[in-house]
Amino acid sequence: MGEQRAVSRTALAWMTLGEWRAHPGRVVVAALAIAIGVALGFAVHLVNGSAQAELARAVRALNADADLQVHATSPLGFDEQLYPRLARRPGVAAASPVVELPARFGRGPPKTLEAGALTLLGIDPLRAVAVTPLLIALPAGSGTSGGFQAESVFDPTTVTLSRAALAASGAAIGGRVEITAAGRTEGFVIRGVLPEGASERQIAVIDIAAAQWRFGSLGRLQRIDLKLAPGAQSGRAMSDLAAALPADAQLVSPQSEARRGDNLTKAYRVNLEMLALVALLTGGFLVFSAQSLSVARRRPQFALLRVLGLQRRGLLAQVLVEGALVGGVGAALGLALGLGVASLTLRLLGGDLGSGFFASKTPDLVISPAPLLLFFALGLTTAVVGSVLPALEAARAQPGIALKDLGDPRDPDTTPALRWALSLLALGGLAALAPAVWGLPLLGYLSIGLILAGGVAAIPWLARAILSPLRQVGRGVVPVDLAMQRLWGAPGQAAVALCGIVASVSLMVAMGVMVTSLRGSVADWLDDILPGDLLFRVESGGFDPEQQRRIAAVPGLADVVFQKTLPLRLAADRPPAVLVVRPIDPADPAARLPLIGRTRQPPAGITPVWLSEPAARLYGRQVGDVLVLPLPGAPRAVVAGVWRDYARQSGAVALNDADYTRLTGDALRTEATVKLTFGQTPQAAIRTIRATLPSELGAQVQFVEARKMRAVALKLFDSSFALTYALEAIAIAVGLAGVAATFSAQTLARTKEFGMLRHVGVLRSQIVAMLAIEGALLGAIGVVVGLGLGLAMSQVLIHVVNPQSFHWTMETRLPIGLFASLTVALIGAGALTAVLAGRRALSTDAVRAVREDW
Amino acid sequence: MSESASPPALALTTLRKSVPGGRVLFEGLNLTVAPGEVVAIMGESGVGKSTLLNLAAGLDRADSGSVAIGGVMLESLDDDGRTRLRRDRIGFVFQAFHILPHLSLAQNVALPLVLQGVGTSEAATRAGSMLAAVGLADREGARPSQLSGGELQRVALARALVHRPTVVLADEPTGNLDPDTADRILDVFVAEVRASGAAAILVTHSDRAAAVAERRLSLTRDGLVPRHG
Repeated sequence: MGEQRAVSRTALAWMTLGEWRAHPGRVVVAALAIAIGVALGFAVHLVNGSAQAELARAVRALNADADLQVHATSPLGFDEQLYPRLARRPGVAAASPVVELPARFGRGPPKTLEAGALTLLGIDPLRAVAVTPLLIALPAGSGTSGGFQAESVFDPTTVTLSRAALAASGAAIGGRVEITAAGRTEGFVIRGVLPEGASERQIAVIDIAAAQWRFGSLGRLQRIDLKLAPGAQSGRAMSDLAAALPADAQLVSPQSEARRGDNLTKAYRVNLEMLALVALLTGGFLVFSAQSLSVARRRPQFALLRVLGLQRRGLLAQVLVEGALVGGVGAALGLALGLGVASLTLRLLGGDLGSGFFASKTPDLVISPAPLLLFFALGLTTAVVGSVLPALEAARAQPGIALKDLGDPRDPDTTPALRWALSLLALGGLAALAPAVWGLPLLGYLSIGLILAGGVAAIPWLARAILSPLRQVGRGVVPVDLAMQRLWGAPGQAAVALCGIVASVSLMVAMGVMVTSLRGSVADWLDDILPGDLLFRVESGGFDPEQQRRIAAVPGLADVVFQKTLPLRLAADRPPAVLVVRPIDPADPAARLPLIGRTRQPPAGITPVWLSEPAARLYGRQVGDVLVLPLPGAPRAVVAGVWRDYARQSGAVALNDADYTRLTGDALRTEATVKLTFGQTPQAAIRTIRATLPSELGAQVQFVEARKMRAVALKLFDSSFALTYALEAIAIAVGLAGVAATFSAQTLARTKEFGMLRHVGVLRSQIVAMLAIEGALLGAIGVVVGLGLGLAMSQVLIHVVNPQSFHWTMETRLPIGLFASLTVALIGAGALTAVLAGRRALSTDAVRAVREDW
Repeated sequence: MSESASPPALALTTLRKSVPGGRVLFEGLNLTVAPGEVVAIMGESGVGKSTLLNLAAGLDRADSGSVAIGGVMLESLDDDGRTRLRRDRIGFVFQAFHILPHLSLAQNVALPLVLQGVGTSEAATRAGSMLAAVGLADREGARPSQLSGGELQRVALARALVHRPTVVLADEPTGNLDPDTADRILDVFVAEVRASGAAAILVTHSDRAAAVAERRLSLTRDGLVPRHG
């Protein structure tokens, strides 16, 4: 029978259902808090997962079934002589040379500053058919089966488009399109479309000879696709192949491409998911508050159960099962909600959640069982963990004493212990010093969790410390006196109410300080990198030295600095870094770069480079390190300094333009910043510069005023953080709901006390005033403690999580406006909720209130 | 009683109990209660009457001495063991009734049974019979909020007896009731306790309530002494 059972299931069901029937609102609020947290986390995960799957599909499609690829480290490409050497190597069954250029449809400057979405591929059809058959055209009018018409594929005036490119071109098969790449615009007849499954991205495929000839890429290749012989895919064969490549080419496998895609967004995705889970954490504190209040209210009931023979662990199980049920219902609801939110988000924002990482079509929602289970477990665990302390308190209570229901069991004259809090805070501090794990700031997040837990554990002590000097305030004024004595005399209940407030406030403050600091640092950095009045650029091709000289001589231009940026692959499994070419004086690099930390004058005879902060962190380089640049001739360079850069998360390498031209022979520059002479207008300068250039090139140049560029950059920053703000707002809303629910529940549980006060002659208005003072005071203490804790957590975000995730640092800036509004909102919410709940509690007849059994 | 007779329902031997601060409530306290016997314990407020009941129920620990329920020494049991013993062999009646507000009357009465693992339907049947025995037939589905104080105490009485305990401990069971209602409750209490064969300790301030017991004792610092008059 039940002799050995710690808890009777029937009793457990009766008690749980009875409690829920009596207080359905509180159960619903707690379950909803968990649901919102799970929904946000699950939705962000689903969207990220779907976008990743889309990115992987796009990478596979662009690779078009090649086993391996050799990629150029920069758009300059590599010498085409590499192709016959590779094709003859043992283990290579077939090789297909490819010219790969960023391109766009039409002529003239693009409508936006973003690079073109079209990729132009030049292939040798006879080679490609064996390696990447998906890049061979379907004959016009054919079905979905791949076809190969030798007589037309070599025609240099025809192009084959992917279905996405055909749709973007606005033309039909057989029609004409203009394609601009490498600074040239050429016309083509659309010969057909690539087979289904080739790519959902915009791809245009032409004959390789036409690509080299018509787009000025003679003798250069950007890619070689390889098909390996059976058995040649061993690590040894691949490392042999990699060793045979020149410095400006890299071996890329589908695995390294997938890692590259993953690396591109990993930190962003993980941070966003962590942020989404902040709402879940806040929900956990709400469950904690609800359960603590429920346990406090039911203390005599639990004592009765103990007297009737329910064992301690039975009581523990009772409270934990209640928490688990709330968590389970909330998590299930959250999964359904998350699915809906993810689906809507993909439709409205696309797969990059506004970050701008993926410029592709709306991805399909990808759902797999593992995340479903994971997020359900997270919701359940959060609710159960939130119930552990209340459950332990319920189980520890002495039945004989608890049965008398003498209120808060804590002795207000006993100073609460601080050792647990200090231990947790110390562990949090230690975790903040730890390095990244798998490139992610996992221990940084652990540190934030430990600091939060330590802060919450310190609340009873902190509340004592803050309330002690206030005890004598308002002596003789009934509502103030009553409020002070109540807060002092029921330290346990004050601590429970404060836990929820402090947790929400500290999380809000930490996020607010981090975002404000980043935005402020970005604004300062923009001032540094946009010193001129006018910027102009050409998307491909560039300005030759003569054109540069003529522009510099235009009247009204005080100073013109030409530069060039181009992707540079430093490692096969990382997204390409950016090579920034501009005139930099090694004796005074700070004139052109926002340098941070120490610099080093390079020794004579070695090329200096200056790494952006993300590049230095990603590739583990310091000032003074020597590295080999993946440029023709594999030149050695010394790191002469590190500069701040928020634009290129994958890293950037700055190189003096004279060194670049010497190393590559490339004297073309694609961008320039202009300082105007006093009185010169940007419009007049733009007209004169255009007139100085050949008409075709002049038509392609894009101009933008520096101040507008700065505004656009900050607007982009805000839009990429829009989701962050939204998630933070939801966490704030959940936190405020928690505060309201906690205050309301505590006040409603005091009906008997109010009845007694009314009996002894305290006016209704005095009780309402007492509640308002209590609520406002708790809100104020919560804000003070939450601000302190949030500032500590923000420092971990700023100095640990951000550098480990995004490889940049920033200076702390305080959002005073947010602090002020939070203070007003919390104190107001505390007072208002207490008063509203108090009015409801006071509506009970005073006589009935004191007769109540429980 | 002969040597071969069953052990007393309750035996308290040389109990000593002090409170935090060192004040001794009582010491050298002895009491033996036979099955079916009702003993009234009286005394001033704060003398330790409720504490004595808590010691008898294993809810509190004595400084020294022993407590035995049906021959089982409480000192030999851990917390779980004492809880099991309480669940199976002790019934409680309180001054403040302590009826769970969100359970029906039948569920309140059946609670000790379901805690023992008795099936729900059997527990409901036995709870119904017990409610009928205390004069609340056909009220199984009623809520505590619909009952008067006297009725609530009848429910508490039914809950204390439904699992056929060895000992019933009643702490001021009529303290919240008017005299007439108190008399009726006491009549039911004594009748049902005797019918079940349980031993009962009735802690009370009221001579009128104590009058229903076979033995009336006063609690003093030196233990229990017979109360006269």
